[in-house]
Amino acid sequence: MFRSLVLPEFLAKIDQVKCIRCKRCIQNCGWSVYSWSGDKVLIDTFKCVKCLRCYHYCPEEAIAILDNPVRYRNNANWGFYNIRNIKKQAETGGIPLTGMGSDMPYPVLFDSLLIDACQVTNPSIDPLREPMELRTYLGKKPAKLEFEKGKDGKQKLKTKMPPQIKLEMPFIFAPMSYGSISLNAQKTLAIAAKELGIVMNTGEGGLHEDIYPYRDNIIVQVASGRFGVNPDYLNAGVGVEIKIGQGAKPGIGGHLPGEKIPLDVAKTRMIPIGTDALSPAPQHDIYSIEDLRQLIFAIKEATDYAKPVSVKIAAVHNVAAIASGIVRAGADIVYIDGFRGGTGAAPSIIRDHLGIPIEHAIAAVDDRLRQEGIRNEASIIAAGGIRSSADAAKVIALGADAVALGTSALITMGCTVCGKCYTGNCSWGITTQKPELTVRLDPEVYSERLINMIHAWSHELKEILGALGINAVESLRGSRERLRGVGLDAQTLDILGIKPAGR
Amino acid sequence: MLTIDAKGVYYRELNQKVREVVSKGEKEILLKNVNGQYYIGDGLQGDVKITIEGVPGNDLAAFMDGPTIIIKANAQDNIGNTMNSGKVVVHGNAGDVLGYGMRGGKLHIRGDVGYRVGIHMKGYKKQIPVIIAGGKAGDFFGEYMAGGVLILLNLDNRDDRHITGDYLGTGMHGGTIFIRGNVDKGLCGAEVSIHEPIKDDIAVLKGYLAEYCADFNLNLSDVMSGCFKKIIPTSLRPYGNLYAY
Repeated sequence: MFRSLVLPEFLAKIDQVKCIRCKRCIQNCGWSVYSWSGDKVLIDTFKCVKCLRCYHYCPEEAIAILDNPVRYRNNANWGFYNIRNIKKQAETGGIPLTGMGSDMPYPVLFDSLLIDACQVTNPSIDPLREPMELRTYLGKKPAKLEFEKGKDGKQKLKTKMPPQIKLEMPFIFAPMSYGSISLNAQKTLAIAAKELGIVMNTGEGGLHEDIYPYRDNIIVQVASGRFGVNPDYLNAGVGVEIKIGQGAKPGIGGHLPGEKIPLDVAKTRMIPIGTDALSPAPQHDIYSIEDLRQLIFAIKEATDYAKPVSVKIAAVHNVAAIASGIVRAGADIVYIDGFRGGTGAAPSIIRDHLGIPIEHAIAAVDDRLRQEGIRNEASIIAAGGIRSSADAAKVIALGADAVALGTSALITMGCTVCGKCYTGNCSWGITTQKPELTVRLDPEVYSERLINMIHAWSHELKEILGALGINAVESLRGSRERLRGVGLDAQTLDILGIKPAGR
Repeated sequence: MLTIDAKGVYYRELNQKVREVVSKGEKEILLKNVNGQYYIGDGLQGDVKITIEGVPGNDLAAFMDGPTIIIKANAQDNIGNTMNSGKVVVHGNAGDVLGYGMRGGKLHIRGDVGYRVGIHMKGYKKQIPVIIAGGKAGDFFGEYMAGGVLILLNLDNRDDRHITGDYLGTGMHGGTIFIRGNVDKGLCGAEVSIHEPIKDDIAVLKGYLAEYCADFNLNLSDVMSGCFKKIIPTSLRPYGNLYAY
């Protein structure tokens, strides 16, 4: 008798000679792959997701997690996951969920872009010896500056600057809510953001009281579920973000499964324990740019115009026109999330087939706002699959002010991008609310690893800027002349506003 | 009591002025000649009482946390958007999307209300938001409701419309709706069921309605004499079986 015709993805193996029966694998696995038979460890490989927690915690290196060598018959059209998902749906009637960004082999345009460097005729800069400015500010910039003479006879700024968010480097942590990730994961982000002089984003799950002390390094989010939103929350950070969409699931709402809603999450979100936290696709008070403007200014009124308001959208076909509308609605920041962006839970059919890549989106939005003469009215944040400082540099050169990092930040906490965030079983204590799992993620320890990673990226970014012969990241913004495309067709080059390599 | 003349004053200056006097400790404000100004009482905290003469604009009492606002005329859309605590009393009708994501406090509307009233209302333990409307309501009443109490009274029955519109309680997964009159199952979302109120419910209703009747000079026993129906979600997880893990 079979249990399920859904083929296991992985094959967990224990070398019974090496195994010392310490049972650490049983303790560490959040998915209950391992159990104890009385004299040896038993394996239920159907449950394995290859998060590799057991592998790292086995003192004898007795564990191997292999891709299941048993595959369906090779077929260039019917791939493993096509067949597997149909079998899963035949057994459940449900929509297969997934976590993290799309793993489909769509072309990654970043990998077809190369950055310029100085040789002979223009000097490069050595960032180890010369000052290099990574600081940038998010918010509306005045179209012109006016000065007046002060009482001391010196010129001073007359123009009143709109509120700005100061970033010591052009990175922010992407919104990940309390509920989708653990409180310890949020604390890790908050500690690192404070130390680095950047910001984390609460996501839409409200703000746990433990995060309130990090107020100078927080953007708070307001989404359609309005979880945890009150006047104190709106004023708890340095900015407020209205979430319209997410790159991994454009046009559909959030759905935090009841398995991830224990007491504390229920309290922060003000919903029943164990219910599904629903954030429907539209915000039901926003059906137009005018309605968006109404909410932007409702938030500005509630925060006394002291905080920039960001609007986060997924990158979709008409992103340039939508972004223009958002800026004209009064947003100070436009956050654009490409289709490869991560998620805690999304239907895989949506994640893998809706939206457009961040590279095209940023280029189109930057172009459009410049053409309309309103690029200064808002900062642009690029997100959705930024894997390295090179991706960051390229997307800044395409027009972004700063980049948001989600998945890369989680990887420093132990994440292996196994994509099973929606189950609430994360063995690394990141995307789970089970206390026995979340306790594994010590914010003090892991924030140091996250800080290390951002420092490393910052050094790399400085090296890139040095090679380009510029000494400030703001000089790179929208500087498409410093990018060249390799193997891209003429239309794609035109959309990106760059030349092919060799020209 | 401090009187502010709102005639011809842009909303931003008007609300700035209100915030300013409230921060100086003013406890009672009369806003005269209000004509569509947005965001009155938006994000306002404290125990101030604001009386409005004229029709205020959208997003009144959004994010509000404590004050009481009395509107002697009709009011527009989005009243009490994500409101945290306090009270809004409207002596006329009110518009669409009232109390969206409301977390606490009370909205008392004497007349009819529009579409999408009380959607996404929250509730946790003792923090229970309450919306009471004396007339009828439009579609999507209590959609996605996760907590709190919605009460619809149909006191005047001035026209032959149903008491509520379509999609009543669609996606509801917490909280309670009371309707004074018969509820057509065909108008309800698939996620709710209709019940007769039990003794405890009547006691709760009486508590809420006593305050409501006092606000509008209504006779409580007349209001309570109607036949109430209770609408609650059938499941905490209406969409729990939608997904395959």
